Amino acid sequence: MTDPTSGPSRVDVTEAAAEMLRHLASINGQLMFHQSGGCCDGSSPMCYPVGMFRTGGSDILIGTLHVEGTYPVEVYMSRSQFEYWKYTHLTIDLVDGRGSGFSIEAPEGKRFLIRSRMLDDAELEAFGLAAPVVPTPAVPTPTPTPAPA
Amino acid sequence: MTIIDRPETEAAAPAAPGSTVYANPGTAGAVVAFKPRYDNYIGGEYVPPASGQYFQNPTPVTGQNFTEVARGNATDVDRAVEAGWKAFPAWSKTSVAERAVILNKIADRMEQNLELLAVAETWENGKPVRETLAADIPLAIDHFRYFAGCIRAQEGGISEIDNDTIAYHFHEPLGVVGQIIPWNFPILMAVWKLAPALAAGNCVVLKPAEQTPASIHVLMGLIEDLLPAGVLNIVNGFGIEAGAPLASHNNIRKIAFTGETTTGRLIMQYASENLIPVTLELGGKSPNVFFADVADEKDSFYDKALEGFTFFALNQGEVCTCPSRALVQRSIYDGFVADGLERVSKVKQGNPLDTSTMIGAQASNDQLEKILSYMDIGKQEGAKLLTGGERADLGGELSGGFYVQPTVFEGVNSMRIFQEEIFGPVLALTSFDDYDEGISIANDTLYGLGAGVWSRSGSQLYRAGRAIQAGRVWSNTYHQYPAHAAFGGYKQSGIGRENHRMMLDHYQQTKNLLVSYADGPMGFF
Repeated sequence: MTDPTSGPSRVDVTEAAAEMLRHLASINGQLMFHQSGGCCDGSSPMCYPVGMFRTGGSDILIGTLHVEGTYPVEVYMSRSQFEYWKYTHLTIDLVDGRGSGFSIEAPEGKRFLIRSRMLDDAELEAFGLAAPVVPTPAVPTPTPTPAPA
Repeated sequence: MTIIDRPETEAAAPAAPGSTVYANPGTAGAVVAFKPRYDNYIGGEYVPPASGQYFQNPTPVTGQNFTEVARGNATDVDRAVEAGWKAFPAWSKTSVAERAVILNKIADRMEQNLELLAVAETWENGKPVRETLAADIPLAIDHFRYFAGCIRAQEGGISEIDNDTIAYHFHEPLGVVGQIIPWNFPILMAVWKLAPALAAGNCVVLKPAEQTPASIHVLMGLIEDLLPAGVLNIVNGFGIEAGAPLASHNNIRKIAFTGETTTGRLIMQYASENLIPVTLELGGKSPNVFFADVADEKDSFYDKALEGFTFFALNQGEVCTCPSRALVQRSIYDGFVADGLERVSKVKQGNPLDTSTMIGAQASNDQLEKILSYMDIGKQEGAKLLTGGERADLGGELSGGFYVQPTVFEGVNSMRIFQEEIFGPVLALTSFDDYDEGISIANDTLYGLGAGVWSRSGSQLYRAGRAIQAGRVWSNTYHQYPAHAAFGGYKQSGIGRENHRMMLDHYQQTKNLLVSYADGPMGFF
């Protein structure tokens, strides 16, 4: 359901989430996501009508969801957060739930949820991340990563 | 905070020796019963929501609905803001002595009903009743008393500009303010915001979290007669339908929010449209740093440090300052971690209404799902699971509740489970070689709300505490939240400080009267 023309994508959507997006878009018009961080309902994707949430230079567009039967849905995240997320592929799913900041699906009794998997070798190559990345040592040998901007 | 024994009351299930199991609210022998429905509280009375709609409120303890709550919207927010402004002229002119008396009476009323409030809060949120009895509610009570004292003791200023010119500085309330409350400590977080706002003479429109909308009304039911109509208004509902209209309302004078970063940004965006101040508390990924000398002796201090290690499980990890990253110096790593894991294995999970239970239920199903999704990504990233890692099924009626095993992962700080707030009982554990590396890892995070440092060396404790970029560094302790100790974030963890008299500044204007006592003109014209 992601853009078939642009090679590997970082973000996808499950059928349940897609169905909710079609429903919400039929009420609210075109939608977007901004991935949240921090406490409470943080670390979750927040869904807004386009124009409600102001993105800016601190954000990065990580992909566009092409959901059949509705508008494209852009997915944003703050750049600083993306530094830690860039090795993972994200799938937006839908679960039963309640609160969600101001995300618009909450009154439906549902909540969008991010599921993640590590990028595979071909994806790492495609995103220019193939170099000396991840492999995680079994015994912790912490190497400080550069401080985020 | 001290865990205290409670007297026996009628038990709904077998209790561990020396413990009490409170009956489910609304059942025989219960100390509290929720009403079947809660409307919005506006202008001193309960009024149905404009939408006429209500939403179901489940308890995380069993997953069963136990009351329904008004589905407020922009119309209700308008009414509440209007009610606040109607009350403001009189409320803002009450003397500080009068307001302090009211806050103290609220505290007394809460104290007289400690068990009732504690059990209601546990049923609402899922947290163990030993915490609500010993922490949530006593801290809330003390918070009202603290701000009752602060407002009495607050002074304005007089600046002598020259012999004949004096600048007087007065504190004045802002007006009607909006407050959006999180679900992890529904009553305590509301009181953190309410006490300074009311003490300073503001009127409040409060929006509880939709996951925990009801327990604040149990409190309101106890104190309703103490506050003039319209001073405190409560609009329930969903974030998008009630929270956003409140945050963007063009007739509030300030907005306070505890939550996450994206909503925090939206709230600042709205505040910029209305040119009003905001305070934000947005969470963290707090490091808990254990230096090698902690293990010099296997004494009471070592025992205290092991409790500090285990504090990630307090409130099921649903704390903005959850010490969710443990950094242990390599020279003591194996032994300390083994002892820490043993302590974690003794964390008793069970019925939150049992006073011997140490970890209860996550606050909602979606929170449970999110925690499980992070356990999954932790495993995928190659973190080593040392204990836990699964949903917990506690059997019986608790099977429908939202329980997670206390979980410890070993890994490296660049992993997502080390960088993102999971808001669950999930510890990300790693090691460091020396002081510099320890501080470097501690500071390698987007956030800076809380931190812990453990050492027998006073100088090391001091240096580390000053070097860590966080608003609160617990030093040889953790998870204490007394009034009179400022609480708030560095970096992306937010703006402003709660829990301290400086919070009054967030709820007051400064009025300067610049007065000339000179007899003659200045001489320009």
